Amino acid sequence: MMKVKLFAQIREVTGTESLEMAVPDDATIEGVRQALMAKGPQWQQALSANVLCACNQTLCDGTMVVSEQDEVAFFPPVTGG
Amino acid sequence: MFARVSEADFSQQALYDELCLNNQASQSGAVVTFTGRVRDYNAEGAIDGIELEYYPGMTESALQQLLAQATTRFGLTNAGIVHRVGRLPNQAQIVWVGTCAAHRQDAFSAASYIMDMLKQSVPIWKKEWAGDTSTWVAAKGTDNEAAMRWLTDDKDD
Repeated sequence: MMKVKLFAQIREVTGTESLEMAVPDDATIEGVRQALMAKGPQWQQALSANVLCACNQTLCDGTMVVSEQDEVAFFPPVTGG
Repeated sequence: MFARVSEADFSQQALYDELCLNNQASQSGAVVTFTGRVRDYNAEGAIDGIELEYYPGMTESALQQLLAQATTRFGLTNAGIVHRVGRLPNQAQIVWVGTCAAHRQDAFSAASYIMDMLKQSVPIWKKEWAGDTSTWVAAKGTDNEAAMRWLTDDKDD
């Protein structure tokens, strides 16, 4: 199972900090985002805005191919400092 | 080099001393430090502090990576970052950056570069509290422009 982590607004709106999901062999990050958005209106709302993604704790784009061993994260644009 | 994420407050003097330890002035004639603090207002009015969330593991490695990039780009002899997380009251220290270089221009530029890039690429999110209500801070266009200036410089190099 692939581990997904959510942060900030996305974590709050979905009420989910992390989850595990099965993914097909050729899954992309964008595919994972679409699958999560299909979970309900909150998910749709949280993940349809400007969202950054990371695979194994490195920023990446939606075309990145992921497997069940990966840790994927979705979060809003960062606002530290 | 040191990059830390911490809930605890920090002492600027202790961090300065750590930065300069084993770092002789013959190599590091310039030391620049920056400290960011919690403002007590936003565009809507007064606030009662902030809360910072981060991505354990990724945040620390993104900070390390940023120090490595700044070291290469500006020829730093040492550098450090400490970023606090959790709930912080108005006036509290949020972030500290220290840079050492042979001459001041590189030390100043590197501190500025680290702060600009941190606000663009390090996974930390800020929420502002006013009474019992909280609002996530939206990413600022001006922060994006500040980071883009450095990235555009890269292309010109």
